[in-house]
This record gives sequence, structure tokens and C-alpha cells, in this order.
Amino acid sequence: MRDRSFAPSRILIYLVVTLFAAAYLAPLVVVVLNSLRTNEEIAQGSMIGWPQHLAWSNYALAWSGFCVAETCAGIRPYMLNSALITIPATIFSTMLGAVAGYAVSLWRFRGDSWIYGIVTLGLFLPQQMRLLPWTFVLRDIGLINTLSGLVLIHTIQGLSFTVLFCRNYYVAIPHELIRAARIDGAGFFRIFWRIILPLSSPILIVTVIWQFTHIWNEFLYGVTFTTGQQQPVTAALIALSAAIADIPQHGVQSAAVIIAALPTLLIYLLGGRYFVRGLTAGAVK
Amino acid sequence: MTDAVSTATRPAASDMVRRLPEYLMIWVPLLLSAAHLISFSIWTIWISFTPSTLVPVTGWVGLRNYTSVLASRNWQIAFDNLLLFGSAFVLLSLITGLLLAILLDQRIRGENVLRSIFLYPLAVSFVVTGTVWSWLLNPGIGIEKLAHDLGWASFHFDWLVNRDMAIWTIVIAAIWQSSGFAMALFLAGLRSVDADIIKAAQIDGAGPIRTYWRVILPTLWPITITVVVIQLQFAISAFDLVRALTNGGPGIATQLPALVVYDLMFQRSQLGRGAAAAVLMLLILLAVLLPYAAWRYVQRRQATHA
Repeated sequence: MRDRSFAPSRILIYLVVTLFAAAYLAPLVVVVLNSLRTNEEIAQGSMIGWPQHLAWSNYALAWSGFCVAETCAGIRPYMLNSALITIPATIFSTMLGAVAGYAVSLWRFRGDSWIYGIVTLGLFLPQQMRLLPWTFVLRDIGLINTLSGLVLIHTIQGLSFTVLFCRNYYVAIPHELIRAARIDGAGFFRIFWRIILPLSSPILIVTVIWQFTHIWNEFLYGVTFTTGQQQPVTAALIALSAAIADIPQHGVQSAAVIIAALPTLLIYLLGGRYFVRGLTAGAVK
Repeated sequence: MTDAVSTATRPAASDMVRRLPEYLMIWVPLLLSAAHLISFSIWTIWISFTPSTLVPVTGWVGLRNYTSVLASRNWQIAFDNLLLFGSAFVLLSLITGLLLAILLDQRIRGENVLRSIFLYPLAVSFVVTGTVWSWLLNPGIGIEKLAHDLGWASFHFDWLVNRDMAIWTIVIAAIWQSSGFAMALFLAGLRSVDADIIKAAQIDGAGPIRTYWRVILPTLWPITITVVVIQLQFAISAFDLVRALTNGGPGIATQLPALVVYDLMFQRSQLGRGAAAAVLMLLILLAVLLPYAAWRYVQRRQATHA
């Protein structure tokens, strides 16, 4: 079954796997090719085709030229919005999650398993159950239609994941290590800095990649709580398709899609191993 | 057990002050997270029983919001779609994921590259996936147009604009996006099967297919259930993908519960009904998650007693 000979069955395996790989890659290839074709060229043929000459200008237009809802600044301001939401929310939720994960797994305090249990329910509670309350809360504290509002939401909601990831990782650290440090008089923060944090890089990388990918790709909160110039790039892409439905500009749109997808794709390429670990860690919850 | 250290002596007041930063750091994030989950759920449930429309108001209408949502054509279509989309998507992505995992488990060359290819869609947002597939499946510019341009004039693939088939375009895009997830979990499961069991089956004269069917696949049951539950959870709350791919159309042919909730809350300003639809979504989710939690509980008990 697991030999390395080149029997017909092996050839069949390679054939099927290659076909699947082609099917998974096809949409990406199509969009990359389209991002280099002119709008006219696509309009004459179909979305699927080889560029006649490379229309790099699509990228320039997509980045800072075309118009969404009466502002013609391309996708750049929305990319910036997404970055200003994603980066702080990722850092905050990861840091707070690491400290809380350490507190519930190693430091221990009265009620720790209870509160941990409730926090992890956040993995399951649908966003739709929180939409209205967040709307009212953001309005009351004056953060509706601001990037800070989305940072707040993603930090608090992200805790469910970050606490789970970190807690499950820290549980494996021997309790004796912590007890010895406490007998030596080390406090909560000193133990965290000196013992826990130096052991944490793998789980912090997993958590950061997970949070970054999810917050960058998030759409529902972005489209609900922000409008116009405050929107993250996912919401802007939808607005873009709606805005130019009459006169399709598929070349420019393809370039915009590539730009919007690039940050998470790059992170996946660079940290694929950690990305997969996050997927499976989230699965075994 | 570690409680012994912290409660050995009742902390004096000065001690409490000294340890204030520590308490704040532990409790504030956890309490914020837990409190928002509980209070927001109760809040939404409460709104679902009020006559709120544009703004939340007090008052009690009993189950009227629920009956009106359940009686609406919008919700009925959304629910039927969810049943079809949920079962087709979960089943097909299980099969695809398992097939890919078994193929990758055959010690093939380039396994790492292939695995990355099958998993990269998971790093992309549903908005991007939906947008790209809406181009590919659009008969005017996508696959159908390509076939026509290549001379296959009778080729027909108009599911995106066909009321009866449009829901399948969402199935296709969803499988493309997340069957890699099933593959990753199945592959991890296949790799953890005891090599001795496989060897024993081979010594008994079982061929590769028989070994898989009788010996290896049965060990994957727990993983299968986990994959099913997670994929169902995604299907029940699917929003972005549909919004970008069909936006519920043509007409309301691809409506799903999450779109109904959004529509009621933010487009029709029917907060009470929108909240009721959100609670209905939660109930559907619980119908999946509670049996799963019970099953996990039994499994764990058996594991500790064994």
C-alpha cells in the first residue's frame, strides 16, 4: 500500500492529485491572469484567458485610482483601514489571551474553570446574536463607524480563541515549575515574563496568524458598523462590485481582489505550518 | 491544588492593593469577554420578545416575532436552503477531504506542495472567494462563455442565474474554500493510525482497499464527527460567501438564515424580528452542538474509565 514503485495505480494517484491541485489553483490563476488583462480584452472574450500584453496599469488603478461610492482613491484607504483594525486587534487579543491563558492554566484562582468555560462559549455563539448589542454599545460609547470600534470588537471577541489556544498550550507546562517560582517569591507578572513568555513563541505565532487572518478577512462587522471611508477592505470589495456592476472593469477588479487577498496569502506562505496548527487547535476544542 | 498557595492565609488589605494590577490583568479581559457573551445573548433574546422596529423598545409581544419570521417566505426558503446547502456541502467536503487525505497519505512526491495548494483557500476571505467564483460561474463571462468561445456552442452552465440551481454554486465555492480543512484533519488522523494494526491486516492478506475500508477508516470516526460539526457550524452562519457570490439571488433563491437576520435588522429595521431570526439561528446551531457536546462528554468518560 505504501510502496514507492511506479505501478499503474501510482500513476493514477498522481493523475488524480494533479487534477485536484489544478482545480484548487485555477481560481487564483484566473484572477492573477485577469489582473494583467485590460478591461476591453476581458469584455471581448471571457474571464478565463491569457493576457495579450501585460496591463500592469490595472494594479495602479486598483491601488489608488478607481472610484468606490464617489471617492476615487482606489483600494488604498481601505487597505489602510484593514491594517489599522487588524494589527492592533491582533496584538491586543493575543497579549491579553496569553496572560489570561496563563492565569487559568497555571496560576489558577477561584472560579477559573468557570470563567474559562464561559469565555470559550464565544467560539460557538453566532455573530448574529451580538450584532444588535454591539450596535447599541458602540453608539453609546461613540465608537460607531470608527476603526477603534472594530478594534474593540475584535479584541474582545478574539479573546475566546486566544485564551483557548494559549491555555491549551500552557497546560502542558509542569506545575512544579510555577510552584517552585512562587515559593521563591516570584509574583504573577514575574513568572509570566521570566518563565511563561520565553516558552511561548510557538503558540504566540499560531495565535497571531490565526487572529490576523480572521480579522483581516472579517466582513459582517465591518459592513455593519462602518460606512464609506471607514470600511475595511472586505466591505469595500463588495461596494466596489456593486458600484461598477453597470460598466464592468474586471481587470481592475481582479487586481483589487489580489491586493486585498495578498496579506493573508503571504502570511500563509510564510507561516503555513503554524496556520495549519491553528486550524487543528481550533478544531479540537 | 494550587489554590492552597493563594488561600493559605487570608490576604490582608495591603496585600490586595499590592496585587491589584495582577487582579485587573486577570479579571478585566476575562470578565469583559464572559460578560459580553452572556449579556449580549440575553439582550438579543429579550429584543426578540419586544415589538422593537427601528429602535429597541420595551414591551412584550410573546412569540409574535417568531411566528411572523417562521411564517415568512424569506425564512422558509432560507431554512430549506440551509438544509440542502448544509447537507450537500458537509457531505461533499467530507468526501473530497477524505479522498485528498488518503491520496496524500500514499507517500507521494511533493506532498508538502500539494498540501499547501489544498489549504491555501482557507487563508483567503469568503468575500474574495465569493467574488472570484461569481465571475467564473457567471455564464456571460465565465466558464460558459469560455466554452462558447472555444466553439462548444451547446455548452450550458448557468447555475448562478438559475433559480433552481443557484444554491449549488454556493456549495461549489464553499467546498473549494474549506474541503482542505477536512483534508488536514483526516490526514492527521491517518498519520496517527497505529502502524502495527496496518501491518497485521496486511499479514492477514488484506489488500490496500480492504485495509483502508476495514481497518483504517473506522478509526477516523471521531475526526469525522468533529469535521461535520465544524463544517455545519460554518454552514449555519454562512453570510460573507453568499453575500459576495449571489447576494441571496436570483430573487431570494439562495437566501440563508444569516442573510435574513441581516436583512431584517439593518435593511427593514425590524429589530424584534431580526433578533428572533438570530435566536432561531442559535437554536439550529444548538441542535447540532448539544448532541456533539453530549457525545464528547460520553467519549471522555469512557476514556477515563478505560
